[in-house]
Amino acid sequence: MAETSYRQALHDTLREELLRDDSVILLGEEIGVFEGSYKITAGLLSEFGPQRVLDTPICEEGFVGAAVGAAMLGMRPVVELMTINFSLLAIDQIVNHAAKIHAMFGGQVSVPMVIRTPGGGGQQLAATHSQNLEVWYAHVPGMKVVAPATPADARSLLTAAIRDDDPVLVLENLALYNTRGEVPEAKETVRIGTAMVARPGEDITVVAYSRATVIALDVARQLAEQGISVEVVDLRSLRPLDRETICASVRKTTRAVVLEDDWLTYGVGAEVAATIQEGAFDYLDAPVRRVAAAEVPLPYAKTLELAALPDASDLTRVIGEVLDATRFSR
Amino acid sequence: MADQPATTEAEHPGFPETEPAETLRGYYAQMALIRSFEQRAAEMYQRAKVGGYCHLNLGEEATVVGLMAALAQRDYLFTSYRDHGYALARGMAAGPVMAELFGRSTGVSSGRGGSMHLFDERLRMLGGYGIVGGQVPPATGAALALTYRGEPGEDAEAVMCLLGDGATNIGSFHESLNLAALWRLPIVYVVVNNGLGMGTPVEKSSAEPDLYKRGCSYRIPGERVDGDDVLAVREAARAALTRARTQRQPGLLETVSYRLRGHSVVDPARYRSKEETDRLRSLDPVPAFRARLVAAGILDETTAQRLDAQAEKDVDDAVRFADESPEPRPEELFDHAYATPVPNTPSRLPGDPVVEVPGAVG
Repeated sequence: MAETSYRQALHDTLREELLRDDSVILLGEEIGVFEGSYKITAGLLSEFGPQRVLDTPICEEGFVGAAVGAAMLGMRPVVELMTINFSLLAIDQIVNHAAKIHAMFGGQVSVPMVIRTPGGGGQQLAATHSQNLEVWYAHVPGMKVVAPATPADARSLLTAAIRDDDPVLVLENLALYNTRGEVPEAKETVRIGTAMVARPGEDITVVAYSRATVIALDVARQLAEQGISVEVVDLRSLRPLDRETICASVRKTTRAVVLEDDWLTYGVGAEVAATIQEGAFDYLDAPVRRVAAAEVPLPYAKTLELAALPDASDLTRVIGEVLDATRFSR
Repeated sequence: MADQPATTEAEHPGFPETEPAETLRGYYAQMALIRSFEQRAAEMYQRAKVGGYCHLNLGEEATVVGLMAALAQRDYLFTSYRDHGYALARGMAAGPVMAELFGRSTGVSSGRGGSMHLFDERLRMLGGYGIVGGQVPPATGAALALTYRGEPGEDAEAVMCLLGDGATNIGSFHESLNLAALWRLPIVYVVVNNGLGMGTPVEKSSAEPDLYKRGCSYRIPGERVDGDDVLAVREAARAALTRARTQRQPGLLETVSYRLRGHSVVDPARYRSKEETDRLRSLDPVPAFRARLVAAGILDETTAQRLDAQAEKDVDDAVRFADESPEPRPEELFDHAYATPVPNTPSRLPGDPVVEVPGAVG
């Protein structure tokens, strides 16, 4: 085990995969000479050259679509989109092409490409640069969408994504890049499509992904000191969604809260809550609650941004409300 | 066909002396097959054997055959949704193409794609695409992939990307041309200009209606060719492909021809006057090429009728094959969900529970 940052884990994984497989290439804006807006690709151009690390013009639809075609011929392109907000410029190529080509042509070719992109707010980047659009892609059959919360998962899920023969969107998060954690020396393989119990508990389940998992774990640690045992389920994969792990946890704890950075309506939390009411209805002692972002275009001003985004205190309060509603004795 | 003895100009007035008669007869046979196939596809659509949208190459046969004659087997092809003729000329058997239109499991895309999404990986026809211009970025990326396979040269592979005149106004066309020129990719974009994007004339949709000039911002050389002239199309495409192979110089070729019918089978094309429709019919490239071959002594009337009859018969057989082919079974619905299977992949039918509930009361 070595401790490293989420950023370094992503970087090291890209480097390892470039070394391992000649068909892996990186494409994106400013990933080469500039070394990446968030420096994930630092040093890779000088090590692997412009054939393997391609700086693109500012044309998301063009270069994401080019990755689709290169993947159809057996390359394994890993595209960096500077933020998930810019994926909207490429959405036709992602939804109508990457996600369709394998099934629509009767399985004759696959599209083994990866889109790495950070989402999330909280950096005062204002309304157009702070969104969580992963659910748009998680909605689409043919896509795989993963959302690592820790450096270890960043490494294992990015590895799995690059080696997978389907288009995989790897959701990163601006606020996670500097977080640190243990990463096993041996490459752990996490299967896309599986959630994990990130922290076992008895009294209530919090379901989260990406940065929200980190918040949930912090809250769980704090509440443990008050005698409240919180189980945190980290989804890790938004499509496919591991409904069994979610329901198994809630059947045990009988209470559930979903925490997500995204807007509430039609979000991942809605899907998880619907899953719980179907898969654990008889076990529930209280309605499932969702803690999600206020539904406004995220404002720039810090006070407003903080008010809009869900945080540890929001989650702590809602956990308390659910426990109180079920006469939980602390 | 290539081993036939060359005929001379004197023998066949109106055709180059290097052009083997057998090759020319072969082109006519292909054009006749496409003509027959498309007419029957329209009929099958009207009889509800074909669903969805159905766009025909009627009037574009010379363009189709000329382009496919220029494309080598090792090359890759991406097309728009108006793809039946290209599939046939690329070498797909008429039966599986018709079966795809019929939505049968013997179709070239296993009945998953339909008319707009014909695909054959072995023939390197990497798809008809239903979104206007959607094929342009992936075709560009395929050309990028080729640059990792080998050096430029006469034997190098190249990509041909077809698109309609309407697609030249979408952003990703321009993004793709820019990438192809910046990265020097072995690709030829062919704008099949039939004068109309659905019902909108080129002049009403494109500020530069000379579409072959639209590559100039990217220093991509363009050329316009008469799409009714199969040999002119072939020669222009071949030259552009050679530049792509040997110099990695992307090219832009515009072929000009006319759609003899509406945008799709269900479009009566009322936006065209009767006079215009009559004029276009008089330019119909299939009878025109037939007449040229007969006049040049390459084709006699008996042989011409035999080729026409063969085309009809091939299409009869294709329809029968499609009709007798099984429909995909509902149990196959999730067969191509993912190329790499992963846990928890959804395979629920409408109304199925999302999770198993232990001890659920029945």
